[in-house]
Amino acid sequence: MGLEQKLGDMGIVTTSLEKVVGWARSNAIWPMLFGLACCAIEMMSTQASRYDLSRFGMELMRASPRQSDLMIVAGRVSRKMAPVLRNLYDQMPDPKWVIAMGDCASCGGVFNNYAIVQGVDEIVPVDVYVAGCPPRPETLIDGILKLQEKIKKEPLTKWQ
Amino acid sequence: MSDQTALSDTVSMALGDAVTGKLEFRGELTLLTTAERIVEVLRYLKDQQHFNMLADETCVDYYPKSPRFGMIYQLYSTSKNVRLRIKLMLGETNPVVPSACAVFENANWFERELYDLLGIQFSDHPDLRRIMMPPGWEGHPLRKEHPVKVEEVAFTFNRKRIDEGKIYARE
Repeated sequence: MGLEQKLGDMGIVTTSLEKVVGWARSNAIWPMLFGLACCAIEMMSTQASRYDLSRFGMELMRASPRQSDLMIVAGRVSRKMAPVLRNLYDQMPDPKWVIAMGDCASCGGVFNNYAIVQGVDEIVPVDVYVAGCPPRPETLIDGILKLQEKIKKEPLTKWQ
Repeated sequence: MSDQTALSDTVSMALGDAVTGKLEFRGELTLLTTAERIVEVLRYLKDQQHFNMLADETCVDYYPKSPRFGMIYQLYSTSKNVRLRIKLMLGETNPVVPSACAVFENANWFERELYDLLGIQFSDHPDLRRIMMPPGWEGHPLRKEHPVKVEEVAFTFNRKRIDEGKIYARE
């Protein structure tokens, strides 16, 4: 944050509350376990030792929506799954964010048919779209870093 | 394949005109029957000929041919290691088959799937409701008249129309 330059010998930092809260939120995102298809394999790989998602402060994949603030929709969402996804999203406490991981979650991908939702932005607000089929772990990490930048810039008034 | 000839002869002898024909293709035997006699045929094959497993029950949409639907029962005998296919044809309007649940219990979900995806009605089925699609779904997706695509390819001229469906995209 560039605070180091302002940091004197006194141990005191002057900044705005929004910046501190945004910084704290962005560095402790707890994603929800929501693997739906092959993208989930890449998501697991992202989290595992080689790519190590916990470097960015999100080592905890929560099994419950009530403990999480990021939903990574990893895979295609069928029409039957759509109400479940929306229900889980509604159960997550504010502030919350959504990453549409992969082509299927972003726009339907190759599944342009009756059974698959053509992009999860039909049912939940999406913050970051990650392209790829499936995206490599680096791509997902890049998407998460983009989301962190977005969270840092968010005004406090948005989540009252 | 003399075993199969013997089998089809035995079955034809025992069931009479319930077996309306037979096909042999690449060593696979298919017996043709009618919707009215299917339960009788399955019962006989299970009890007398040791076909104790209904490996699959499925249906083919032969549109625009008539009759339109072909119901297929794949039977397997675990004791004799023999497979047998039973087939019957159904018309386009109001396709109804007696349920095979009374003979093979696993036919229950097979038939629910056929009802869901192809709109075949099964009389005497204990619980005939949708299994794959959501309960309020309209239409039967595996029928050939069902549209294959739901979303057209986006170009500049139809971009706006497609975006209207994505109500949360701009938040």
